[in-house]
Amino acid sequence: MSEIQTNDTGGKKKKGGSKQKKISVFVDFTPMVDMNMLLITFFMLCTSLSKPQTMEINMPSNDKKITDEDKSKVKASMATTLLLTGGDSVFYFSGEPDFKDYNSLKQTSYKADGIRAMLLKKNAKAVSEIAALKQQKLDLKITQDMFTKQASAIKNGKNTPIVIIKATDRATYKNLIDALDEMQICNIGVYVIDTISKGDRFLLKNRETKGAFSQVASAK
Amino acid sequence: MSKVKVARKSTRIDMTAMSDVTVLLLTFFMLTSTFVRKEPVQVTTPASVSEFKIPEVNILSILIDPKGKVFMSMDKQTDMVETLTSVGKDNGVSFTSAELKKFRILKTFGVPIKSMKAYLAMTTEEQDKVLKELGIPTVKDDNQFKDWIKNARATNPDLRIAIKADQNTPYKVIKDVMTSLQDLRENKYNLITSLKKVSDQ
Repeated sequence: MSEIQTNDTGGKKKKGGSKQKKISVFVDFTPMVDMNMLLITFFMLCTSLSKPQTMEINMPSNDKKITDEDKSKVKASMATTLLLTGGDSVFYFSGEPDFKDYNSLKQTSYKADGIRAMLLKKNAKAVSEIAALKQQKLDLKITQDMFTKQASAIKNGKNTPIVIIKATDRATYKNLIDALDEMQICNIGVYVIDTISKGDRFLLKNRETKGAFSQVASAK
Repeated sequence: MSKVKVARKSTRIDMTAMSDVTVLLLTFFMLTSTFVRKEPVQVTTPASVSEFKIPEVNILSILIDPKGKVFMSMDKQTDMVETLTSVGKDNGVSFTSAELKKFRILKTFGVPIKSMKAYLAMTTEEQDKVLKELGIPTVKDDNQFKDWIKNARATNPDLRIAIKADQNTPYKVIKDVMTSLQDLRENKYNLITSLKKVSDQ
């Protein structure tokens, strides 16, 4: 393969028939392979193949000029508030907070049977519609563009649940990402990251003390 | 019976094919991979199911370590220099062209603007050592982080902001960064995560 055969006429030509001398040039590729291997190793160690994934979020503007009329009001019955505390537990309540009854604040986990099951149940209609849409896309009945368009229409449709995510200072970044992740898995179109309010802290403390806190507060 | 003659075989192996393969592999790695950026702190990003890939150009990435230190990096060197000059102007620090030249080649920066001059005078090894302990102040009355973002946005309007934070970072730090961004009306940004498959567990 790496041999080159040259037909050398042997320099001086003698009278009569010329004698042809065959010289084979054999190129040794071993050093070349060595060098290439070295370069490959270098590239494998110093570069990353995968580009990092990202999650795009839109935060609400905290512009003071926006009046209450411009803000989209959330129907209390459709809203679910998640309170992220540290560790693996997450608390949630639906609708308006109930300061009297500590049982209104429920505790769950980030696992599939915890928060995801709860959200999927709430969003059952949209989830099944999107699943049907996905099947259509897999069967090549609709294009990707149509899929994204229709999916967002379903997600942002009326009567879909709205989730408000509030994290305490004890929560970690992972908790926040996990919660945002669940929004994507459960096809929830409208969700908001909000700062925790005094009322939410009260709810958490009330739950911790099993209602004793609210009794003290009402006695005052 | 006569002895079987064992033919002498040459032990030479033809390396041409091997060379072909290695060159092919090399080309593949050179074309598909991107160099790892040197980061002052080790950060483990949390996993998410999001499969959206980050674009390569016009990225301003904000690196947040578990202790809450904030660092920044930009992919365009010209933008970096312009941003530094304008941030310096806002804080009453001016830089010489030699200092700007040194700043250009920094991979990640995150030094209070007052100590930037001293930082740029150091050697690369010293910088690496010191940078871990520094970081851009995000506290309320000295929010230089805001200045950086504001000026970076002014130099390059197409800039995309990407936040890369460790999974154990307390939410308090993230909240500070997010509110700073909100104050500047930067309402759209990316959170860098690593890939995770949707599991039923």
